[in-house]
Formats: sequence, C-alpha cells, structure tokens
Amino acid sequence: MSNAPEGTRTLVIERTFQHSAEKIWRALTQGPLMEEWLMKNDFKPVVGHRFQFRAMPVANWNGIIDCEVLVVEPQARLSYTWGTLGVGSAVQWTLTPEKGGTHLRMEHSGFGPGQDANYNGAKYGWQKFIGNLERVVGEME
Amino acid sequence: MQAVANDVFRALADPTRRALFEELTRQGEQTVHALTRYACVSQPAVSKHLTVLKRAKLVRHRREGRETHYRAQPDALTPIVDWLDHYGAFWRDRFDRLESLLERMDP
Repeated sequence: MSNAPEGTRTLVIERTFQHSAEKIWRALTQGPLMEEWLMKNDFKPVVGHRFQFRAMPVANWNGIIDCEVLVVEPQARLSYTWGTLGVGSAVQWTLTPEKGGTHLRMEHSGFGPGQDANYNGAKYGWQKFIGNLERVVGEME
Repeated sequence: MQAVANDVFRALADPTRRALFEELTRQGEQTVHALTRYACVSQPAVSKHLTVLKRAKLVRHRREGRETHYRAQPDALTPIVDWLDHYGAFWRDRFDRLESLLERMDP
C-alpha cells in the first residue's frame, strides 16, 4: 500500500499548537502517550510494523482497528493504514513548524488505494464525488 | 457502521460504478443502453456494475418491454454520510484530547 493519492481525501483536520514539532511527534508516536489521547495500541514507529488500535467494543463493532505503518519521517510526517469493519483507509499526519508553534494536519482518506487498482487514475476523484454526494443529500432533504 | 455501509463503500470504490451512479443521479432514470453509451464500456460490463450497485441498494431497476431501466436511490448514501460525520466528530474530539495532553507533557 502506498500513501493515499490526492483525489482520495475525505477528511482533513488541521490545528496549530503552541508546542514544538518534537513534542507533538512524541505524542503521535509513543504508545503510552498515544493511548492517552487516541486509543490503546501496540504502535512502533517502524515502517511495515503492523499494529492495532483498540477502542471499547460497542454494538456491531469489536473496537479493533488494524493498522500498518506506511511512513515515518521524524517530526515531519507519519502515516498508517486504518482498517476496520472490512473498510480500509489511511491516516496521514503532517507537522509543519510555524512561528511560535507547529501546524498539525491530519488526513483520513476513506479508501485504501490497495482496494482498487484503478482508483489512483480515477477520472472521478473522491473529492469530486463528495461534492456531488453533498448535493444529492441536499436534494434528498 | 454495519455491513450495509461496507456494501456501499465497495460499490462506490470503483470509478466506473461511481460514474454510473452519478450519471443516474444527474439524469434520472436511464436504460442499460443509454448507460452503456455513457460509460464507454461493454454492455455486459455495465450490467455487472449495475448488479453491484443494486446489491448495495444504490440503484433500482424495472423492466419495460426489452429494456431495463435503472434509477438512483440516493437514500442508500446515508451510511457514507454517517461515516463522515462519525469520523469528523471522532478526530475533532481526539485533537482536543491531544491538545490537553500536550499541555500536561514535559516540554
């Protein structure tokens, strides 16, 4: 699996923190710290490492997210796959130093590119589809 | 997310099926012939794609004479909208928790 290509973005959340990239990187990559804000895990910052996030099981969901580390660039970029309930996706973190802090960007792409070989060259990108989706849903209401 | 959401995701992960579904939401009901002309792939291929969309309840069909007509069922998209809402709320909450953790951590 490679990184999610441009057209497949589904969810982007960004925030600037008044903290160093080094400190944020620790929170993103040290298992016990990750557990404090994200979920129980057996993460290791090693490309190819397979690990799980474990949340509280709920109805119709065992709480397990199967992941594989894709990218580790200390204090700059981190990416892992995110598979649960048979749906593959990928999460990518990007850290950019800013005046007085660090900009953190999280992209969660809805489909793992490995699920569909044709998808990378898709004429109808996911972004565009979401735009249409919103229109369709808007028309439904 | 239940099994139905997975069917919807799988059905729409394919660009040809996504294009067919979008065409049906734009144009309303279409025959298999019209969809074949639109998609520029063979009719058996279009029929196969329509079967997957039908299984995900994204389209409905009716027969009239020798033609089969398809129409979009946008209600079937609800699981995807729920999924985006779900993850949007999830990650915003986690960003808040990350922020408070950073406050507590050693510099």
